[in-house]
Amino acid sequence: MDVIEVANLRKSYSDHVAVDDVSLSVERGEIFGVLGPNGAGKTTTVECVAGLRSPDSGTIRVLGLDPGRDRAGLRRRLGVQLQASELPEKMKVREALEMYASFYEHPADWRALLDEWGLAEKRDTRYGKLSGGQKQRLSIALALVGNPEIAVLDELTTGLDPQARRDTWALIERIRDGGVTVVLVTHFMEEAERLCDRVAVIDSGRVAALDTPEALVQRVGGGEQRIRFRPSAPVEDRMLTDLPDVREVVRDGRQITVVGTGNVLHAVTSVLARNQIVAADLRVDAADLDDAFIAITGHRID
Amino acid sequence: MSAFTKITAMELRLHWREPAVVLFGLLLPVALLAGFGMAPGVSKPDPANGGLSLGQYIASIAVTLAVTIMGLTVVPTALATYREKGILRRLSASPAPPAALLGAQLVVNVLTACFATVVLLVLGALLFGVAPPADPLMFVVAFALAVGAIFGVGLLIAALAPSARAGNGIGMITMFPSLFFAGFYIPWSAMPEFMRRVSDFTPLGASIQAVRAAWLGDPVHPLHLVIMAGYAVVAGALAARFFRWS
Repeated sequence: MDVIEVANLRKSYSDHVAVDDVSLSVERGEIFGVLGPNGAGKTTTVECVAGLRSPDSGTIRVLGLDPGRDRAGLRRRLGVQLQASELPEKMKVREALEMYASFYEHPADWRALLDEWGLAEKRDTRYGKLSGGQKQRLSIALALVGNPEIAVLDELTTGLDPQARRDTWALIERIRDGGVTVVLVTHFMEEAERLCDRVAVIDSGRVAALDTPEALVQRVGGGEQRIRFRPSAPVEDRMLTDLPDVREVVRDGRQITVVGTGNVLHAVTSVLARNQIVAADLRVDAADLDDAFIAITGHRID
Repeated sequence: MSAFTKITAMELRLHWREPAVVLFGLLLPVALLAGFGMAPGVSKPDPANGGLSLGQYIASIAVTLAVTIMGLTVVPTALATYREKGILRRLSASPAPPAALLGAQLVVNVLTACFATVVLLVLGALLFGVAPPADPLMFVVAFALAVGAIFGVGLLIAALAPSARAGNGIGMITMFPSLFFAGFYIPWSAMPEFMRRVSDFTPLGASIQAVRAAWLGDPVHPLHLVIMAGYAVVAGALAARFFRWS
């Protein structure tokens, strides 16, 4: 079932067109990625979805509501974690959660959110004294304090160190496991590939592609893999080329590169094992979402 | 309504965590009163000043100064900072009406100005023999209209300022000429006629003259009441029209 439907969304500002023509739909319970370079129109798109901006044209339905006309109704059911929105320096963590909880008829237990997001020790710390990661976690907790059905998270791992980013990924999966639909805006390929059930690739205000990360990668060279190794004993080409999924075998000195698809890795390692040949320095390269992005849009993300 | 109460309570708490702001709004007017209050013959009526004693003259200036500091510098800076930091945006994404935060800021800063006024009235009476307002009812009306006019202009600055620094800057730039025309630097009685006419039409000039007349028990000029109400309504309406949440 679709909880968000966007059709032919268009939004321009005085000096440029931010969103040219975006259509997408988000299913209940998934982590939906909105992926694209800075300035592609990702944030404007989700701000229209959240009812924070009115589109120039196009239609949006969120949980059956029109975000432009029923802002109040939508805000009770959709939580937003916005880019660059802070809290007053001297507001304490506990006070912020308690106050935002009071805005909802059926809020989540903010004390439980404190524990869940690792902020219990910081409950009496002022916002200005929190680290970047702690501010980010508080921001997510605030987006969830209203018990939303949909959580929109905009660039939430930007500015975090790699460890904090990985920790945040685990937490986002936990939100989804709690039954909340997550819309994740990001320009990190790795993040989209790792977390998202489906991804909309946005480029220059348009949806360039919309699919699962795997299917997007599959589009690049049909999921081609390159297996490189140095065999411990001589290998005849035919031993490899006879395998069903192998497309090509290339030799470079003692190194062999096998290009293939599907279960080619399993086939190659099995045939080598049967012939008691050890593959030294074995490496497998496959296309990832980064390659897919280049193939889809014709340029790198950053 | 409950969101408004909750936000106001929070803003009050945050306000008291910024002692510098509170002290600025309170100490400067009190220091002004105390500084001039030490002068000899401070409580004697001065015929050259329309029968007003120096103490009353300074006290009425100090009261208006307290309102001006909160309305023209603290409110625009606070609201422009809230906008610049995305605090207003975050609030507008929640079910709470963002206007509640505007209301809360007004309540908190008006309360601070009222508190400073009470302190000034009490200190003036106890330490420097400044007589309390002769027409208390008219004093309250004049004070309320002064708050409306000055905070209205402050809100308009907050609405138009593109950043926190600009909010502070525009507030200051508005405040100092206003103080000049209101007779803070040279006594009103020493002003040339055309300056007094200009003063009548500035929010501070009208405020200070109305407050002073009520203090002395003289009739308050209706023009000043109309001018103050005009600033409150027009500036307030323009602020509401142009206020941006992000």
